[in-house]
Amino acid sequence: MTDTPIRHDEETLGVHADQATAGTSSGEVVMTLRDVAVAFGGKTAVRDVSFDVAAGEVTALIGPSGSGKTTLLRALNRMHDTVPSARVTGSVHLGDLDVYGPGTDPTLLRSRVGMVFQRPNPFPTMSIYDNTVSGLRFNGVRKKALLDEAAESALIAAALWDSVKDRLKAHGSTLSGGEQQRLCIARALAVEPEVLLMDEPTSALDPIATKRIEELVGELKERVTIVIVTHNMQQAMRVSDRCAFLLMGEDKAGELIEFGPTGPLFSEPSDPRTLDYVNGRFG
Amino acid sequence: MTAVLDAPPDPAVERRRAVQAAAASSLGRRKLASRVALGVCWLFLGIAVVPLVAVIAYVVVRGLPAWNADFFTHSTVPEGYPGGGVWNAIVGTAVITAIATAVAVPVGILCGLFLAESDGRVAATLRFTADVMTGIPSIIVGIFGYIAIVRNTGGYSGFAGAFAIGFIMLPVIVRAAETAFRGVPRSLNEAALALGARRSTVARKVVVPTALPGVITGVLLAVARGLGETAPLLLTIFGNQYLQWNPSKPMEALPILIYNYSSQPYADLVQVAWGAALLLMAVVLALSIGSRLLAAYLRKERR
Amino acid sequence: MTTVDVLPSAPPGRGRRRALPDRWYRSLLGIVALLFGALAVWFVVAVVIQAKPAFSTLGFTWIFGKVWNPTHGQYGLLPFILGTIESTAIALVLAVPIGLGTAISLAFLVPARVRPFLSTTVELLAAVPSVVYGLWGLIVLAPLFRDHVEPFLTSVFGWTGLFDGPNRGVGLLLAGVILAIMILPTMVAISRDVLVVVPSEQVEGAMALGATRWQVLRKVVVPGARTGILGAFTLATGRALGETVAVAMVIGNAPFIAHSLKSSAATLPSLIVNNFGESTGTELSALFAAGLVLLVIGILVNSAARWLVWSTGAATAGTELGR
Repeated sequence: MTDTPIRHDEETLGVHADQATAGTSSGEVVMTLRDVAVAFGGKTAVRDVSFDVAAGEVTALIGPSGSGKTTLLRALNRMHDTVPSARVTGSVHLGDLDVYGPGTDPTLLRSRVGMVFQRPNPFPTMSIYDNTVSGLRFNGVRKKALLDEAAESALIAAALWDSVKDRLKAHGSTLSGGEQQRLCIARALAVEPEVLLMDEPTSALDPIATKRIEELVGELKERVTIVIVTHNMQQAMRVSDRCAFLLMGEDKAGELIEFGPTGPLFSEPSDPRTLDYVNGRFG
Repeated sequence: MTAVLDAPPDPAVERRRAVQAAAASSLGRRKLASRVALGVCWLFLGIAVVPLVAVIAYVVVRGLPAWNADFFTHSTVPEGYPGGGVWNAIVGTAVITAIATAVAVPVGILCGLFLAESDGRVAATLRFTADVMTGIPSIIVGIFGYIAIVRNTGGYSGFAGAFAIGFIMLPVIVRAAETAFRGVPRSLNEAALALGARRSTVARKVVVPTALPGVITGVLLAVARGLGETAPLLLTIFGNQYLQWNPSKPMEALPILIYNYSSQPYADLVQVAWGAALLLMAVVLALSIGSRLLAAYLRKERR
Repeated sequence: MTTVDVLPSAPPGRGRRRALPDRWYRSLLGIVALLFGALAVWFVVAVVIQAKPAFSTLGFTWIFGKVWNPTHGQYGLLPFILGTIESTAIALVLAVPIGLGTAISLAFLVPARVRPFLSTTVELLAAVPSVVYGLWGLIVLAPLFRDHVEPFLTSVFGWTGLFDGPNRGVGLLLAGVILAIMILPTMVAISRDVLVVVPSEQVEGAMALGATRWQVLRKVVVPGARTGILGAFTLATGRALGETVAVAMVIGNAPFIAHSLKSSAATLPSLIVNNFGESTGTELSALFAAGLVLLVIGILVNSAARWLVWSTGAATAGTELGR
């Protein structure tokens, strides 16, 4: 099981047909997407997505609602497998693993690519400790020492350890909304994934909790590569290193308009549509 | 990550390796366990369906031969006599069920209206009572019918049977009616009241008609339930080998007949039992399926 | 929505005269509701009163006596209490796993198009009259048990001591099996309903961590629905405890404590239904007392079940299944 990233040079970072990117980094690439499209029952929801996710960075998927951001995100850990009418085309690679390849097991994939959802979803029948280590247990880890170590590390990383270390046996529902979301982040982190997908993780939270999680994202990116969907432009500017801007086309399918480092994308975007979006001309 | 010559291995990387190792090595076992467990669930589904098919098949196969003209028009005759039928049992069942329904439906609807319009403790207690009543062993209902009617009127009678069956049907109708009435949108109610209608008018002209399909579904289910009850009848109507239309006298009913004949050593009586069982089962299943179709039709209409 | 004429088309005056004044209407409803409540109270009181003589002449401990022999003045109910519990236990051992597995299949495994059809099929099991089950059990299953099932089980499990005695077909085992078939729809329908309402976010959360489908079911979905499943279980228990006719037809009706699964036995309901017609005096009172014991058990179990199912807010608690 290798997880050595492939080194790519600048040209391949951020690709969309006829568009030149202003990408500068020469960092390692942990995920590559080429011509990815997702369709449900024949109707395309998102198409023509190609970019690279750089290791140790936060890549944000931004765009107005309906542009297919969440659909694209869920394609990265094969969550669409449960939907019978869904078809994912193109290629997604995690390192040199073909995510949709015939020999790839989705269950195993999801231990390498974790996910945090829009609304906090801790398991209500489990304690805080059990929630945190649930991912490890699902993956067959039994050694108490490893579980304890991973739980503590994950809860510390999620800035929750100090609040809960004395009540690990309490139920998850005793936590506030923001704390529950951080518990879900800890739960995902405990499995030590290489990539963490976050689907609008703060949209159900109050501003203070939102701020704490944004800080967390900044701290976490050294430990795990993050791909985050956000409909909040300011949040994208605050937390991400690179952005992928998606927009719904005339055929009601989302497409990748522009991809590149966050600063330049917001200040001097290449595409006029990106310019309109960042100037708030449409939601 | 900066590489320092003497740096200890990063615990996170170590953990990742350990987790991935555990995940990979346990994958085969986990997937197999999943397949086996889900397979067992499918198997159990199959097992659950088998008895129904088997019962229906047997009853049809054994009961159909008993169905002839005499079966439906003649009353029961003793063993060995030709030309017997179950007409007296059909009459008894029909009369008793009709009386029980005639009393339980209006009372049940009115109670349902009451519960649908009130939310106080009294209503909550009554609601809970109705729920518990649906689960009372039917033999005790038979005992109650015996105590209440048979003892006080000096003998077994169709009325006692109707009382017991009505007692069983009533809570079913009450709960179904209440659910149906609560399903009527408040806006309809309030619009009518705002136009100046009395509450009884609103009930009569708005709530009941709108909820009628749901109420009918409940009534059909209650009737199906009442038709299938045997124990209460055994204690209240006693049975009668002759045709009897008068509900103040002992009567025969299909469930009683089946119960008595099933343990008889005479093949022709057992045959009659199968025929009666087929008739009873067919009617009850028809009512059940009918009420389900009605409920499904309701749900589509509302969309 | 149906269009309904709210008011008669006559001038307002005429309409008002026809309708009941609101107070009368409310009173009417209230009276009927109270009558309903009074009926329930009358029911309990009547049974208690009739049972009292047995307790006053014989005391209280007699209900646990082991021998039922009216001609010698012995009215021990223990054989019937045990018979009731044992037949119900057998039914639960069979119906709970099968019911839960079926519910899981219906809730998650079966394709959506086939689901309503299969669900209805299982639920129709509840519609078949119990006397028909008894007839089928007696005439079709009993010989099958006597000639094939019981010999097989005895040869495989005889060492447990549970299968002593001759193969008669009728008896405790057959009664348990018939009861299991009869309570299966209750178990399935309510379990399925509570399984389906477990939020999909829980399911997705578990899947995203790398759980297999069974792991998701076992660790997240079923625990999430456990209160409702417990309610289904309790409801099914209540149903099995109170079932009279089907059991009476196949259990063999021997007023003794069963010493093996193949023994003939009896339950409280079967005792009552078999002896009610001919008994008088103290024996009759004893039967009323047996009825009271059954009623108390029935009310307790059903109240617990209703409270459990109600507290989950599950949609059905279906009236037709709440027997």
